[in-house]
Amino acid sequence: MRILIIEDDREAASYLVKAFREAGYVADHAADGLDGYAMAEAGDYDVLVVDRMLPKLDGLSLIRSLREQKIETPVLILSALGQVDDRVKGLRAGGDDYLPKPYAFSELLARVEVLSRRRAAMPAAESTVYRIADLELDRLSHRVTRSGQEILLQPREFRLLEYLMRNANQVVTRTMLLEHVWDYHFDPQTNVIDVHVSRLRAKIDKGFDKPLIHTIRGAGYMVRVGAEGAEE
Amino acid sequence: MNALGKLVRTTAFKLSFAYLIIFTVFAFVTLGYVAWSAQKLLTDQFVSTIQAEIGGLAEQYRIGGLRRLVNSVERRSRRPGASLYLVTTSNGERIAGNVVALPPGVIDRPGQFETFYSRTEESGENDVEPSHAIVRVYLLPGGFRLMVGRDIEERKRLRDIIHRAFGYSLLFIGVLGCVGAWFIARRVLKRVEDMTETTRHIMAGDLGGRLKIAGTGDELDRLAQNLNDMLERIGELMHGMREVSDNIAHDLKTPLTRLRNKADEALRTAKSPDELKAALEATIEESDNLIRIFNALLMIARLEAGNAREGLADFDAAEAVRDVAELYEALAEEAGVALEVAVEGDLPVHGSRELLGQAMANLLDNALKYGAAPGGPAQAISVEARRRDGEVLVVVADRGPGIPEAERNRVLERFVRLETARSRPGFGLGLSLVAAVARLHGGALRLEDNRPGLRVVLALPLKA
Repeated sequence: MRILIIEDDREAASYLVKAFREAGYVADHAADGLDGYAMAEAGDYDVLVVDRMLPKLDGLSLIRSLREQKIETPVLILSALGQVDDRVKGLRAGGDDYLPKPYAFSELLARVEVLSRRRAAMPAAESTVYRIADLELDRLSHRVTRSGQEILLQPREFRLLEYLMRNANQVVTRTMLLEHVWDYHFDPQTNVIDVHVSRLRAKIDKGFDKPLIHTIRGAGYMVRVGAEGAEE
Repeated sequence: MNALGKLVRTTAFKLSFAYLIIFTVFAFVTLGYVAWSAQKLLTDQFVSTIQAEIGGLAEQYRIGGLRRLVNSVERRSRRPGASLYLVTTSNGERIAGNVVALPPGVIDRPGQFETFYSRTEESGENDVEPSHAIVRVYLLPGGFRLMVGRDIEERKRLRDIIHRAFGYSLLFIGVLGCVGAWFIARRVLKRVEDMTETTRHIMAGDLGGRLKIAGTGDELDRLAQNLNDMLERIGELMHGMREVSDNIAHDLKTPLTRLRNKADEALRTAKSPDELKAALEATIEESDNLIRIFNALLMIARLEAGNAREGLADFDAAEAVRDVAELYEALAEEAGVALEVAVEGDLPVHGSRELLGQAMANLLDNALKYGAAPGGPAQAISVEARRRDGEVLVVVADRGPGIPEAERNRVLERFVRLETARSRPGFGLGLSLVAAVARLHGGALRLEDNRPGLRVVLALPLKA
């Protein structure tokens, strides 16, 4: 995955470049809006990480210009302005996700991975049935089965599983779950999300020898087959 | 720009000048009309006098013939005054009257016209200067001609007087107008310059400075008053901002020091890489907490400054409350607490669903953390949302130890935590945020006694 970081704070940018490279991705850096625009236009990037306040060309204008040029590279907006309406403004300008500063890198990484994957799998991703190993979720009939056995879920549990499966093999953070399943953007301070996930896990994984919902320490959750990597 | 140029360029001067021109034109029109009317009045008077005299004399002629007419004319001619008389033969030879010379042909034309003439005085001397007169010539039966006229030099003199009046008044208006304009402009200019001077001082940093109010209640006073009010508001905002940033700086000092000390201690005491790693992880955790504190503080500060107001919209509070209750229901169940939710349908509120959700989350967090009596079993928490008297009341009530009445206001302040809460995780910002959210919505946060327990009432104005 190729990531372009458009950020004028050199220290923050070099930290991000290093961290993304450590995670195994190609990361480039542009220090102002004009350079960023030129690189985003010319290079083949999978995700753009754009700071809102940039010299020469501000983040939102940059995104708007890219979208006008029909460049649909997914954009994650980083911003020190964490207000609700700022998020709305960012998304309206053509951004795909919004992360207020300060943030944890694990949160940013998870979001960037989801964005890039969404792009790569675009045509097929919106299939009506999600499948992971023997777990199946039918988005139309709202039926969930494992090994052919129907599992009854509450509507919210269904949406939780749907989001996890849609982003299977990827880390999904608690904040992302709160955003997509409950449509709230605040930082879940307590373990509210964990309790919901463990309830879901009890329904999905209990009685089966291969767990599918995994906790990724310090980051969030992941639905996948097998248990390589960091485990709870 | 010299002083005169500055003066001339003022709006007051230009306005005064424009008025001057308007008044001059007006004065001329008025004077002109008066002059014309006076002339016309005089002429009319002359004409009717002449008519009457001709009528009278013609009557004399009819009664007593030429002799009687000549007698009358002679008699009248001797009267002091300005009337002119002349009786001639059909070929223009003078028989009687006080007129000696007329332009040729005048006496042959019956009717009324203006002409020059010369007259004989009592002394018999001829007038050297021919004068202007209005005359009427009348043909008497028998070919004699009667001319009666009036000297109109008088009229000319009147005209001259009026002309002179024109000149003087023009001069007078001009001088007075210019002086007035200069005076007014200088007065206004002085006040504006005073204002400019004061604003310059204020811009240079004297933020306590205010514009002078003359007390006349005119537009400049109103402007000055408005500018003063604006300065006042700016001052308040700046004061608020300074207070917030001071508070944040102060509030962050403690956790930052703790973070530093932890890192320092780890550096000094850690023996193995594992211990160092654990210390580093603890440090990261601590900085995450710091970030959380910082975010919460920033959010409260912004809500209090009213910055979030532009993002507000209409939404259903009932749904927001239900959603958050549902979010916490699993957590409550885990803790063995029953969450009793009673939400009326459709509670429209103008504000932010997101912020209300966050406030609810904070209240439920608190209720779960502190809602159990110390050492006792977990108790039910009730969540209500209903409308009452134009308000939406969102209530979160627990059956824990509650908050003593004396402390209820204090716990709304930032970083205030009760002694009983010290042992639990938290920063003391939750209720501050809820209070800020309530204020942003134009509502209020009330802490009440749930007998036993705490009953938190978030009252928001109902959207009409």
